[in-house]
Amino acid sequence: MQITLGTMPFFWKRDEVLAFYNKVAELPVERVYLGETVCSKRRALNLSDWLQLAEMLQAAGKEVVLSTLGLIEAESELSMLKRICENGRFTVEANDMAAVHYLSEQGLPFSCGPTMNIYNIHSLSLMAKLGMTHWVPPVEMSAEQLELLLAEAKQAGLNIKTEVFSWGFLPLAYSARCFTARARNTPKDSCGFVCGEYPKGLPAASQENDDVFTLNGIQTLSGRHCDLLGQWQQMQKIGVTGMRIAAELDAPETIERLQGLLQGKQDSVLPVNACNGYWFGDAGMERVSLS
Amino acid sequence: MELVCPAGSLPALKAAVENGADAVYIGFRDDTNARHFAGLNFNEKRAQQALDHARSRGVKLLVAINTFPQPGRWDSWKRAVDSAADLGADAIIAADTGVLDYAAKRHPDTSLHLSVQGSATSKASLAFYQKHFNIKRAVLPRVLSLKQVIKLAENTPVPLEVFAFGSLCIMAEGRCLLSSYMTGQSPNNFGACSPASAVRWEEKSDGSLDCRLNGVLTDRFAPGERAGYPTLCKGRYNCDGKTFHVIEEPVSLNTMNLLPQLMKAGISAVKIEGRQRSPAYTADVARVWSQAIARCKANPEGFTVDSQWEETMAGLSEGSQTTLGAYSRPWQ
Repeated sequence: MQITLGTMPFFWKRDEVLAFYNKVAELPVERVYLGETVCSKRRALNLSDWLQLAEMLQAAGKEVVLSTLGLIEAESELSMLKRICENGRFTVEANDMAAVHYLSEQGLPFSCGPTMNIYNIHSLSLMAKLGMTHWVPPVEMSAEQLELLLAEAKQAGLNIKTEVFSWGFLPLAYSARCFTARARNTPKDSCGFVCGEYPKGLPAASQENDDVFTLNGIQTLSGRHCDLLGQWQQMQKIGVTGMRIAAELDAPETIERLQGLLQGKQDSVLPVNACNGYWFGDAGMERVSLS
Repeated sequence: MELVCPAGSLPALKAAVENGADAVYIGFRDDTNARHFAGLNFNEKRAQQALDHARSRGVKLLVAINTFPQPGRWDSWKRAVDSAADLGADAIIAADTGVLDYAAKRHPDTSLHLSVQGSATSKASLAFYQKHFNIKRAVLPRVLSLKQVIKLAENTPVPLEVFAFGSLCIMAEGRCLLSSYMTGQSPNNFGACSPASAVRWEEKSDGSLDCRLNGVLTDRFAPGERAGYPTLCKGRYNCDGKTFHVIEEPVSLNTMNLLPQLMKAGISAVKIEGRQRSPAYTADVARVWSQAIARCKANPEGFTVDSQWEETMAGLSEGSQTTLGAYSRPWQ
């Protein structure tokens, strides 16, 4: 089982980003996804900064993948996407079909993130044929469904690696609207990067104070924090090859914890406020206790 | 510019046809389409009647098969595609690449439209769908500003359809799992958002009304306050020390003011949302929109929205409020 580190969902300051990845270089994580996937206005790091980080992590023995924007609206975003897809050094994770277009046209191998909506053997086979080597199932897919799909993939002889989003706020939705700016009563075009004030996202709760959503600019994440670390044996059994940890503040500790679990040095404990419902075929926000 | 109207039943389809629709879109009675609601949609016999009726009046019939086939259940989507093609529908509206691939190979003579659920917002994404599935049209998600729509229309490899009127999705369609996060069922995996089976209303002794979705309080209405369908993204939540519509107010999209610009940009079709609405809704909305398109075609420079159309549309809208949504940059 590979431990992988997904992209950084929240907008952190440049120094914090660099410090975070310097720490990551020392961690037992094998595959790291880098880049801004939420909002093109966030430019604490530019493409050459990300490429430098990629080189540093590669030198530290990590497989490095450049990840891309989840929602493309402006021409400038498309041009940046094209530049990333044509970087010539690192493989790329597509989070929109535009990226698949650029990558498959060049005959390059690529990864597909969880927003690519691959739900069945037909779409999975098609992407594999176009060059997809790694993929993340939609976060709403259950273990039972994934087991079925991976059995079909095996039967079809697909040579692909499957990563499950295993820890972090679940990426649920993307919009034209910036909800952080809206909450602060600021127009998106003069947002002043207010999302930078929320390094763990901006929580939204019900009027009874149940955590409902986590706002992150144009992205909406789950209000509860997903934790599937204790499911690693089940994942391994059904053919999952990687467990993805979101690059949030506590990711380093989580990676160590997962490493301990995989090595049998530690027992899994499901945090009180965590959710894991999707994996068990339930609503995503539910917490199914592990027996 | 074609007017594409919704129909969740044969009476709604007839209402659309009689009131000026150029095309009507329908879905089958299962989770192969994104309006999978109890009592709605067409079985094969009804779909045949729909086609015969539409065709006899020179109106096109489009069949939406725009959810994502779930593992182990491919046969339902295959059957839906085969049925739509055998029926002779003018196009299948699909989102899943597996469904598109199957339809393109098995039924090359049936036109394919990329559903809004396919989330294509750029020329590169559109080029992908055109190259691999030979799509003849794409429906744009409601996330682009008017300026971005115009720019995309200049460069698109395929004709474009945009949403004109109806309930407003705030999120990029096909990229929203809020509903399954709360209920287990989403547009992608089930064909419904905030499904009715998960909704519970609780009236309090003071006349206030609580609305819950799978137990979570999504909104609380004061006595006498108007309460619409409780779509979870249009509820009031606590955030940053305030209680407000954190994501969006209960409003509807109305782009009639933009018709001259959309027409000038070469947009091929405008879509009316609402297969779940009544035949009366379909009749009203088809009538005012077909009149507006005709007037705009005749005199785009002098086009204004008739106050009676405005009134009709306000009466049909969620919360009686309308917005330009993402077409207008300040909304974003």
